[in-house]
Amino acid sequence: MSFDRRKFIKRLIIAAAAIEGFFLIKGGVSKVSHIEKKKELFNAGNVNTFHSNKTYPFVTGQFFLRRFKDGGFLAMSVKCTHLGCIVDSNLKTGGYNCPCHRSQFNQFGEVLAAPATRPLDYFPITIENGELLIDTSAPVKRKSFDKSQLTYA
Amino acid sequence: MTKNNSGNRLPSSIEKFILHLHPPKIDKRALKFTRTFGLGGINALLFVILCFTGLVLRFSYVPTVQHAYDSIVALQSDTVFGQFIRNLHHISAKLMVIVSFLHLIRTYYSQAIYKKRAENWIYGLIMMFMVIVSSFTGYLLPWDQLAYWAVTVITQIIEYVPYIGHPIANLVRGGETVDGNTLLNFYNLHTGIVPIVFIFLMSMHFWLVRKAGGVALPEIDKSKAERVFVIPNLLWLEIMVAALLIAGLFVFSTFYHAPLLEQANPLNSPNPSKAPWYFLGAQELLLHLHPFFSAVLLPLAVGIFFFYLPYFKYSNLNTGVWFNSALGKRMTIHSAIFSFVFTFVLTYLLEHFLHFDLWFASLGSWFATGLVPFLIYTIPFIAYLWYWKTKHGAKTEEIVMTITTILMSSYICMMLISLLLRGKGMLMII
Repeated sequence: MSFDRRKFIKRLIIAAAAIEGFFLIKGGVSKVSHIEKKKELFNAGNVNTFHSNKTYPFVTGQFFLRRFKDGGFLAMSVKCTHLGCIVDSNLKTGGYNCPCHRSQFNQFGEVLAAPATRPLDYFPITIENGELLIDTSAPVKRKSFDKSQLTYA
Repeated sequence: MTKNNSGNRLPSSIEKFILHLHPPKIDKRALKFTRTFGLGGINALLFVILCFTGLVLRFSYVPTVQHAYDSIVALQSDTVFGQFIRNLHHISAKLMVIVSFLHLIRTYYSQAIYKKRAENWIYGLIMMFMVIVSSFTGYLLPWDQLAYWAVTVITQIIEYVPYIGHPIANLVRGGETVDGNTLLNFYNLHTGIVPIVFIFLMSMHFWLVRKAGGVALPEIDKSKAERVFVIPNLLWLEIMVAALLIAGLFVFSTFYHAPLLEQANPLNSPNPSKAPWYFLGAQELLLHLHPFFSAVLLPLAVGIFFFYLPYFKYSNLNTGVWFNSALGKRMTIHSAIFSFVFTFVLTYLLEHFLHFDLWFASLGSWFATGLVPFLIYTIPFIAYLWYWKTKHGAKTEEIVMTITTILMSSYICMMLISLLLRGKGMLMII
């Protein structure tokens, strides 16, 4: 294959233009802001209003707040990890069922039945002055449930 | 029945325009309706209908979350012929997906994709993809429950691709979830970028058909080939098909209304949530197979296979001969039925009896719902192909054609299962 200087420069320019074009398109189409936004936390209310071993759905915040027997809080996303449908809480088992493709999750958000392959995402919780603040902008992906995901009052 | 061009008069401007698309004379055998079924021409006409109805719809449609749904409702109830135009657009778009697919398999099975036609096959595949893209982007625009959740499901499927999946899905959606940004992206793609790309691709497609010498025909003695004038012989056929198609579409649009569910509600998934009908095969696959196989490995392999189709090492191609040979025809029909039934039975068993995800749960989902069903599917087909190769002396042409048939037949089977046999909770109703 002959490969001379002119060809090299020509291809270099094309490559550079292509890369630049790609980023221009990406920047134009994608409207996700890359600027550090001021975090808006969802205020779920006072810690003491939540009973242990109960699940509280927050429709506007798109999460289920679960308080476990030991008093730990876990805020789980309502978005099914299979294809993004909104899961319903299963009153019998305390877990969650997806209406779309029948994935089932237990009370910790772990998968009981496929097709979902990972547990429900959870949102970080902070407690300030006895108020539960949930960061709904940053869902955390996980492989399984463990105690470190819980927040204690 | 064939006529000669009348007299020696100069062609009119309309005739001149037609002669830009067609050569002055073509082989008489190309006129036979069952040679092409007029599918390419029907597609071109559908594109024109979609352009015109789309342009009219643009007068009423508002691409914002607040007004999109209401503008469609207003179009249907307040605008004269609003419902009709929307129906016409909807039906033509649906038909375009079907006709494009039929055109693809027509060219494939009549062996019209090899040698000098190989490049056009690539353009055809890209156009097939663009048909899907335009249909999918148009799907979201009414902003009803059907549209919202179908697009949510598909963009989530993209996320299964490792590393690049999530950024691509975000690029398509313009954010983490389907919202106003997605609507704007899709609106712009649907009414601006995709049609422009189509015009370029169609020009190339038509030009390459001309360059390859028109419709692919079996080789015969040059002296026997009878050549006839395009005007009026082909032209009248085209006008007839076009008139029938337009009449049919108009009648259908009068009685069949394009669906419109209640307004999109991001907090409430309908049960079940299904992807657009032509993607249902992919969604069905994702129910049974680990996402690495169903969203990455298989689509990639099948995509490469389809693009590579004209370039396999073939030794006895019969260009223009349906199914290449009598054996090819037999194998195609046989494998189409076999793979359809096999896929159906396997899906049924996976649904009711074979719970690999529970049985092999300790070995990981990658093995249990990935490798095991994948092998259960591929091993019988390898044996099947081996049978044809050894017992009937099938050559590369027939083997590759059979693989293509198996892939398409299986996909259609899964699509129909998902479309017709799945009810609440995506459970099988049988």
